Amino acid sequence: MKFLFDKDTWQEIYSGIRKNKVRTGITIIGVMWGIFLLVVLLGAARGLENKFNNLFGDFATNSVFVWAQSTSKPFKGFQEGKRMTLKMSDLENIKNEIEGLAFVVPRHQTQAQAVNNFKSGTFGIFGDYPTLDKVQKKNLTYGRFINDNDIEKKRKVCVIEEEIYKQLFDKDEYPIGTHIKINDINYLIIGMYKEGAIGSGGPQGAIHIPFTTFQQVYNRGNTVGWFMITGKPEFDIKQIEADVKLLLRNLHKVHPKDNRAFGSFNLGEQIAKVTGFLIGMQFLTWFVGIATLIAGVFAIGNILLITVKERTKEIGIRRALGAKPWEIKRQIILESVFLTSIAGALGIIFGGLVLMIIDATIGKGPDSVLINPTVDIPIVLIATSVLVVLGTLIGMIPAQIAVSIKPIEALRDE
Amino acid sequence: MIEIKNLHKSYPIGKDSLHVLKGLNLHIKEGEFVSIMGSSGSGKSTLLNIVGLLDIHDEGEYFLDGQKIENLDEKKAAILRNKFLGFVFQSFNLIGYKTALENVALPLYYKGIGRKERQKIALEYLDKVGLKDWAKHLPSELSGGQKQRVAIARALVTKPKVVLADEPTGALDSTTSSSVMEMLKDINREGMTVFVITHEEEIAAETDRIVRLKDGVIISDELTHKKAKA
Repeated sequence: MKFLFDKDTWQEIYSGIRKNKVRTGITIIGVMWGIFLLVVLLGAARGLENKFNNLFGDFATNSVFVWAQSTSKPFKGFQEGKRMTLKMSDLENIKNEIEGLAFVVPRHQTQAQAVNNFKSGTFGIFGDYPTLDKVQKKNLTYGRFINDNDIEKKRKVCVIEEEIYKQLFDKDEYPIGTHIKINDINYLIIGMYKEGAIGSGGPQGAIHIPFTTFQQVYNRGNTVGWFMITGKPEFDIKQIEADVKLLLRNLHKVHPKDNRAFGSFNLGEQIAKVTGFLIGMQFLTWFVGIATLIAGVFAIGNILLITVKERTKEIGIRRALGAKPWEIKRQIILESVFLTSIAGALGIIFGGLVLMIIDATIGKGPDSVLINPTVDIPIVLIATSVLVVLGTLIGMIPAQIAVSIKPIEALRDE
Repeated sequence: MIEIKNLHKSYPIGKDSLHVLKGLNLHIKEGEFVSIMGSSGSGKSTLLNIVGLLDIHDEGEYFLDGQKIENLDEKKAAILRNKFLGFVFQSFNLIGYKTALENVALPLYYKGIGRKERQKIALEYLDKVGLKDWAKHLPSELSGGQKQRVAIARALVTKPKVVLADEPTGALDSTTSSSVMEMLKDINREGMTVFVITHEEEIAAETDRIVRLKDGVIISDELTHKKAKA
């Protein structure tokens, strides 16, 4: 291995490469393209994955929402089209009867105008329990979320989304401890949070007040707008959804096969679809990337073969002058390894630059297509070393051909 | 220096084989200046290739500097070539992308001599063939005669025992031809064995001994008048 650190070895390779610029350029571009594509594809796939994770990140992914509609079948003396309403008693029944639940969060929602001094806007108003924070994580920037005390005492407090702060407050104004007016009732702001890309309050943003306060202020009695139900990870969320709806039909005296009486949205199922898509995309990325790499390696092999053919005479001369077969072989292989390494490095650099450009252009802001498109350094290094190793292996073919030509035939080659 | 006994060589051509050398016997002593004459197809190039360890004989014996050449793998052949033999080719066979100096230094590289030393020796030999000022030039910037002189410097640089020249003047005009031959004579005078292959009578006449080949057989082996007189 001493020759690896020998200046002369590299001198030979350097002069060989320098004097054959076109060939060298083509080889480098071929391999660079492969690793470049791999880096960009992996980065883009990661960016898309991050984007989806960001979209769903704040939600417990195995969630289902259940709400009341109206019946579609007459049952037990009730006519079709009876309006259904969820009640607080349903909460206890669901918790007791259904297996595998993590949380059941009752919620209410309405729209109302909120006013702060001279600024106002119409926002989604939500009646919430503290457990909402467990199901739909709130990234509080200031203050706290609703707690049990607020629920118990039906306090007039609220937690606002950052979007609302932007609309109702001046810049740099500290919102916590101030009051905003919703339907002519003053609420103390106790917390502010930054919502994920899926805002539950619609485009305008959400204001959360204690569930019990909501019931009282909006005269909702003992009813519930809808339930957010999350299952434990080991339970099938689709089964939970079906069980809950069947239970509700029983409790509310609805025909067991009445599918309209209670509506639901299975977030877990939707996310599973997206996850499946992501896995498929990752597979595709790797497939395309590896195929490109292999194509790159074959390109090296091919170009080296041409090189050897082109340099048959030179190799013959070198051997007539006393070059041992191994010296010829190792020069060709080392040239291959050197070129692939350089090309790999360039590919990584250009791929990285393109990812940076993507990040700077379409990777910023809430509407970004890709978020933080990156590639793991170990993956890149592994890909490059695989490329180099394959480059070496494929370099052995032309190297072997180079030395298998008898020097006398090589010299005769014109 | 070179001793050949009953040497046979044939090449397969399709199903048949072409018998090129048909039992040659030749003895060349150290310091001789020998030319092999013959028309094309006489087997003179084949002989040179075998003597130059670029090809392997089928039958017979070949001793180079007292060493019997048999069961030679490429590695051993390469070492022997580097140690004993210097080649001068008709088409010069310089490496196009290396300067004159680098071309001359190349055999020293394969001999394992350090870079500085290599450059020094190579420059010495370039000086010897009168091309010191052309050291940094590429072969494409040199004339035919200059190229051949570089090739001669390259053949000499490892201080071989035998210089093998295959039609060294074949691609040169008569003036440059004679200067190249003068150079080979000088080398011979310094005690080196020189082995020239040619089909030109004038060139052969410059040497001390002419071996004539025809159809793979030696038809004559005589000293030239020059040598006879001397």
